[in-house]
Amino acid sequence: MAANRFNGFTDYGIGIGLRAPHYDHILTRKPVVDWFEIISENFMIDGGRPLHILDQILEQYKVVQHGVSMYFGSAEKLNREHLRRLKELVQRTKTPWLSDHLCWGSVDGRYTHDLLPMPYTFEAARITAQKVREVQDFLEIPIAVENVSSYAEYHDSEMTEWEFLNEVVERADCGILLDVNNIYVSSQNHSFNPFDYVNSVPAHRVAQIHIAGHSKYRKYILDTHDHPVIDPVWKLYERAIQRAGHTATLLEWDDSIPSFKEVHDEALKANKFLRATALAEAV
Amino acid sequence: MKLMQLQRTMARAVMQPLTSSERMQRRAPDGGPMKRYASRFIKPNDRLTSFERLEIYNRQYWFRVLSALGEDFPGLRAVLGERRFDAMAKAYLIANPSRSFTLRNLGGRMESWLRKNPKWAGPHQNLALDIARLEWADIEAFDGKAEPALRPEDLVNAAGPRLKLILQPYVRLLSFRYPVDDLLLEVRKEDDDTDFASNTFAEHRKRKRVRAVAKLKAAQIYLAVHRIDYSVYFRRIEPEEFSLLTALRQGKTLAAAVESAFRRSKIAPEERPLQVQTWFQTWATLGWFSRPEKKRAAS
Repeated sequence: MAANRFNGFTDYGIGIGLRAPHYDHILTRKPVVDWFEIISENFMIDGGRPLHILDQILEQYKVVQHGVSMYFGSAEKLNREHLRRLKELVQRTKTPWLSDHLCWGSVDGRYTHDLLPMPYTFEAARITAQKVREVQDFLEIPIAVENVSSYAEYHDSEMTEWEFLNEVVERADCGILLDVNNIYVSSQNHSFNPFDYVNSVPAHRVAQIHIAGHSKYRKYILDTHDHPVIDPVWKLYERAIQRAGHTATLLEWDDSIPSFKEVHDEALKANKFLRATALAEAV
Repeated sequence: MKLMQLQRTMARAVMQPLTSSERMQRRAPDGGPMKRYASRFIKPNDRLTSFERLEIYNRQYWFRVLSALGEDFPGLRAVLGERRFDAMAKAYLIANPSRSFTLRNLGGRMESWLRKNPKWAGPHQNLALDIARLEWADIEAFDGKAEPALRPEDLVNAAGPRLKLILQPYVRLLSFRYPVDDLLLEVRKEDDDTDFASNTFAEHRKRKRVRAVAKLKAAQIYLAVHRIDYSVYFRRIEPEEFSLLTALRQGKTLAAAVESAFRRSKIAPEERPLQVQTWFQTWATLGWFSRPEKKRAAS
């Protein structure tokens, strides 16, 4: 089930985010890693060291692009310059699928550089799905939208977050990057059962899964990507792969980044759940 | 509320400056109380009010953009000092919110904005403009485009006074009133030590920086900001070199560029041919010229 049309019929295994502090280790030690996820915007440039590093990585590893500023949910039109540069990068990396967030972050041409939560309305679902389709048509590769962590909800919402996600992906006919850490964070911030979310996602559309750590404050949780994955998030992961199958999985670690080995070892903990699921399927 | 209206309402609040204690302002963008403004579109929960939930995003926005600007302009921070830099950065971001999908471009208007708003640079206006220009050139040289380098065979049948040479897009040519290259390298050297810095050391470093800025004497310099093996370097060049390279970048022929370079030069006329030859050797070694497009297509 996991290799599907939303991830280019690939079966990528367990990857980690490609981050600058690990460049030297990766290029000199050449560790065995199933795949790397890159932040597209870091490489949507004209030249220099970042692209030189990327080209070396591409010679030896599989790479998937993940974006942070497409803002499918922004009411304004797509940024054509962004799309043009993104397509250049897609042609360079040959990413089998591309992901970005189900959120908004710009208005009237001004960028907040944040992943702001959507109002879960039918109007927002229609506008967002239309933009996902436009991007998919322009880039000519499958798109997966990622659920974000959120700290606020709107009076205007007409449905739950997972109903909204389903509404968008069905209308856009796109994939899902299911971030189980984000589901956990939002469930704590908005008091819902995270398993209701995972159980409601159309499993056949899950192209990829994100796992990560977060920071707990007195009244809310922040999605900081600076800690190991906690047990409740692993439990959500386990449930997600029970439903979606052996799915490309990626650990995000973006702040207070430890050694390559520590990050990779944390990611490889996912193997325990993947093996158990595979065994259960075989039986 | 329509999606666009809701997003405009929220963005105005998120991008509104924080108070001096880094909290959300009590007054909303529409002049009314922020509590009422937030509660119009954000739901409270059992732990947080609408105001508090909106404040999370308001603070995240400012922490993110201020931190990005601080990372891009450590030299300007050293020149202005911590407090003045923070106030300046806030004013800059209010006037120049990001209009790009990438934070890389956030500081692109820094020099022109500082020029129009001299009060933020205080007594060091010219030095601040110089260092801001150098730091932006550093960003552009770091990830600027590199075309295939010019080879000797590209010049076969091309030599002559009408020859036009093309500078690599990533090479930046700049003139300054202060030796800001030395200052920026010193600031970076100190920043590299911060991993091991104690509070006492940090204070000492701050005082050292203030002294370095205060002592910096005006001195006209010309720089080429360029790359070697993907690392950015600052190369001091002679005024004539600067003029020659600038003329080439403007598309002038080699003959016209050489002529304009030496128009006010003190270099003796008999020394000029050898000087020009030496410069070209150096520039070619550094790969500063790119192959003409026709040659590239043919190869």
